[in-house]
Amino acid sequence: MQKLVVIGAGMASGRMLEHLLDAAPDAFEVTLFNAEPRGNYNRIMLSPVLSGEKTFEEIVTHDDVWYAANSVITRFGESVTAIDTARKIVRSEKGETPYDKLVIATGSAPFIIPLPGHNLPGVVAYRDLEDTNAMIEASARPGAHAVIIGGGLLGLEAAAGLRLRGMEVTVLHISGHLMERQLDETAGYLLQKDLEKRGIRVITRANTKSIEGSGKVERVLLDDGTELKADIVCMAAGIRPAVALGHAAGLDMGRAIKVDAQMRTSDPDIFAVGECVEFAGNLFGLVAPLYDQAKVLAKTLLDEDDTFVVRELSTKLKVTGCDLFSAGDFAEGPTREDIVFRDPARGIYKRLVIEEDRLIGAVMYGDTADSNWFFGLIKDGTDVEEMRETLIFGPAFQGGGGAAADPLAAVAALPADAEICGCNGVCKGDILKAVEGGAHSLETVRAQTKASASCGTCAGLVEQVLAVSLGDSFEMPTAKPICACCDLTHEDVRVLIKTKELKSQPAVWQELGWKTPNGCHVCRPAVNFYLLADWPLEYRDDPQSRLVNERNHANIQKDGTYSVMPRMWGGMTTPDELIAIAEAARKYDAAVKVTGGQRIDLLGIKKEDLPAIWADLNDAGMVSGHAYTKGLRTVKTCVGSDWCRFGTQDSTGLGIKLEKRLWGSWTPHKVKLGVSGCPRNCAEATCKDVGIICVDSGYQVGVAGAAGMDVKETERLVDVASEEEAIEWTVAFVQLYREHAKYLDRPYKWVAKVGLDWVKDVLADESRRKSLVERFDLSQTVYQKDPWAERAAPAEARKFQPLADFTQEAAE
Amino acid sequence: MSWIDVGALDEIPLRGARVVKTRSGCVAIFRTAEDELFATSNTCAHKGGPLAEGMVHGRNITCPLHNWVYSLETGEAQGADNGRIPTYPVKTEGGRILLDGDAVAARAA
Ligand code: SRM
Ligand SMILES: Cc1cc2nc3c(=O)[nH]c(=O)nc-3n(C[C@H](O)[C@H](O)[C@H](O)COP(=O)(O)OP(=O)(O)OC[C@H]3O[C@@H](n4cnc5c(N)ncnc54)[C@H](O)[C@@H]3O)c2cc1C
Ligand code: SF4
Ligand code: FES
Repeated sequence: MQKLVVIGAGMASGRMLEHLLDAAPDAFEVTLFNAEPRGNYNRIMLSPVLSGEKTFEEIVTHDDVWYAANSVITRFGESVTAIDTARKIVRSEKGETPYDKLVIATGSAPFIIPLPGHNLPGVVAYRDLEDTNAMIEASARPGAHAVIIGGGLLGLEAAAGLRLRGMEVTVLHISGHLMERQLDETAGYLLQKDLEKRGIRVITRANTKSIEGSGKVERVLLDDGTELKADIVCMAAGIRPAVALGHAAGLDMGRAIKVDAQMRTSDPDIFAVGECVEFAGNLFGLVAPLYDQAKVLAKTLLDEDDTFVVRELSTKLKVTGCDLFSAGDFAEGPTREDIVFRDPARGIYKRLVIEEDRLIGAVMYGDTADSNWFFGLIKDGTDVEEMRETLIFGPAFQGGGGAAADPLAAVAALPADAEICGCNGVCKGDILKAVEGGAHSLETVRAQTKASASCGTCAGLVEQVLAVSLGDSFEMPTAKPICACCDLTHEDVRVLIKTKELKSQPAVWQELGWKTPNGCHVCRPAVNFYLLADWPLEYRDDPQSRLVNERNHANIQKDGTYSVMPRMWGGMTTPDELIAIAEAARKYDAAVKVTGGQRIDLLGIKKEDLPAIWADLNDAGMVSGHAYTKGLRTVKTCVGSDWCRFGTQDSTGLGIKLEKRLWGSWTPHKVKLGVSGCPRNCAEATCKDVGIICVDSGYQVGVAGAAGMDVKETERLVDVASEEEAIEWTVAFVQLYREHAKYLDRPYKWVAKVGLDWVKDVLADESRRKSLVERFDLSQTVYQKDPWAERAAPAEARKFQPLADFTQEAAE
Repeated sequence: MSWIDVGALDEIPLRGARVVKTRSGCVAIFRTAEDELFATSNTCAHKGGPLAEGMVHGRNITCPLHNWVYSLETGEAQGADNGRIPTYPVKTEGGRILLDGDAVAARAA
């Protein structure tokens, strides 16, 4: 009998042996080595073992009885250390074992990130029973903390299992959303929400710095200074094929052991199967293809023909209650068509990707009942043209009429205590009560509940609540949605972001029923602004949702060069600053222009030179003038009481103070201020977004002026006696504008919509005024940073250079 | 085809772009939210706007100067606008970006 030696008793070789021994029980004398001190078990079921839903005994696939009945010589707990291909023997601790045919099935080893402290006791991977038991043991102590590094399939199963065992679990994930290889952003967002609901903390974009503890792990530190308690740390950061034996034996290697479609390696008597193989450039990490390989290898060993082909794969997560599914290619594109279905109320998201009448990809969350049907369509390349319209509703709807996505779903999903009218504290439930009592129009609801009676921004939402409760008998006025990506107006979106506490872009896309995967150039900048204005600490500005000027922090010109404009606080400058500006202009060959905003513009700067000219201007103490932002631009001042014979107050000083307080903040549109020292108004304050006129008795604060496409005088907001009060009212006004206005409405347009009286009422309430100021200052702790200094730093500056430059190379 | 290594994939943010200067003009390399790469001419067919500075959404790019929208796959302008930009084969291998140098050179000839 031929001697068959198998290295590794895992899922792939286990399946291969079943086929082989079934077909030809007496063809080989089989010797099976395994590094683990046991035979084959269903590794993927370690997760239910970890969570306590199954015992280890229940997941064993081949027990001693099976091995004995099939005359397999088992060498468990014994690693193979070398292969001698010339003498056809394998070496292990206990000596040499000869083979006629050899199968390498060593699987993968978990990748351990070489962080400081990764060797401490208490740091485990998640691959085998030993790891699983170590985690179970750590969870025995009540209130113990677990930190999981890696938010992929394995990490999340570990997290869910440990949470079920009562641990305090935190998942650290380096990318922006969970399971990014299998899920798109929206599905990743829903998954995170579900995990958080069960008490698992998820930190995305987490960079782990080190693991610390004396003698054993005690905590994990992140780059941003976050410190997490940890009694156990599980690294689930990926796997690497376990292929040292193949290398040492001189087999043909890629990233793993190369095999052909018959599972042969470069040595005619050696075969490989499972995660340790590379086939046509592919590596494997799920069992389905390994089972196909196992079948082929059994045939090959028996000299029968069969061919391994790579097939479509699908992914599910084995966490009870987190229903997700992904398969195929779910990237979008014009030759591809996306069908998106979102049901915010039930947390359902489905996305199908169709190309040339075939389904090529699918992602689903919350309802995966039809996933096998969809997966079948993908694998078989079925023509879906006929059922396109109803495809997303699954097999049950084929042939019959399907439901359509409901534009009112987001509002229907709101709970009764969701606040609809922030001004008057009116909840959805109050409106519903009024409707039941007979109020069937916006006007009557407004009269009875005060909803939308103040600033009016929520009128659209009130109407949607009416439509949801009255159905067809209520005729919705057609408000203009932001763009074709959604059914909601800017105002609706702003209110819903606050009431539903939506703190990320995927949260907005999903909960508000967006029809595209990630918006477009119209809605994305607006949503980005709304999120950062409402959640300054939780949300981070997204440069990829900014138009060019704000992303590059300079104004693009028609020839692709940029203009650079440093701040001159209140229009004041110094000889040193002027010298630095002059030198920079010379060095970078700039045109120099005195602007209408009391400062100096350097025009025609090449993109590559931006970081350098910024560094030069920074060195002279200057920061960006934000001439390119929807944010604070300039505060124009006049010479005031310092110099002018008519000046009543220090208008220059106040202007500088205001500019120093407000700079760096993002606003719905640009904001410009003026401070004039007397009613002669040399700083043109009466046509600014906020304009202050100094008078003997104090300060007249005017707002909502314009001198661009429209020209309009400011309206008086308030007269105050002190400089402090003038600043407080100005800051509070700007914050109110930031929190309520539609993106790209200048203050004068916004005030016209909400009414100056409402603005005055809000700001006259001292506690509301002060809390507006507080919220503004909080936001400034994040955003008042010189964007030039940040981007002039070497790592960032590189991004302003071409990725590569082949224009300098000599011709071949 | 002649694949030229033009840099590391992480140098381009998701939904972002970078420029490669070649003797036949600037090529823009785009990376979509779904982590796919596309390469096109960097020059807008309207008035020459630098497309790498535009906004990537789905598999489209919006020009930063006057908002023309192009398909990154076909290079066709979308909607009412008429125009086309050249597209070039590009791929990643082991975290590196490879651009088809022949296709870029052929454009210029
Ligand atoms: C440089 C400057 C002209 C100058 O040489 O003086 C200027 C230049 C531009 N203005 Fe302005 N505006 C400049 C002062 C003004 C003023 C006067 C002022 O600030 O006192 C106004 C009228 C006041 C106002 O803002 O309403 C003004 C009203 C506009 C408007 C119309 C805004 C409106 O709401 O109606 C736009 C268009 C827009 O923003 O959408 C605009 C847009 C622009 C843009 C950004 C056009 C663009 O998108 O490319 C120009 C950029 C040129 C560049 O590449 O640098 N610019 N612009 C001034 C810079 C001031 C500064 O120091 O920051
Ligand atoms: C917790 C968990 C959950 C999973 N969930 C899923 C899932 O839901 N769906 C899915 O498709 N996949 C899942 N997987 C992946 C799946 O388990 C693997 O793809 C599969 O087990 C790989 O099979 P294999 O035979 O190649 O390797 P393994 O099953 O790892 O077997 C390799 C064996 O070789 C032994 N070995 C290694 N080197 C030597 C040596 N030198 N000498 C002797 N023996 C050696 C190892 O000890 C090991 O027992 C999961 C994995 C884990 C860890
Ligand atoms: S007035 Fe018009 S042309 Fe002149 S700088 Fe302003 S936007 Fe440009
Ligand atoms: S130059 Fe691109 S749209 Fe005008």
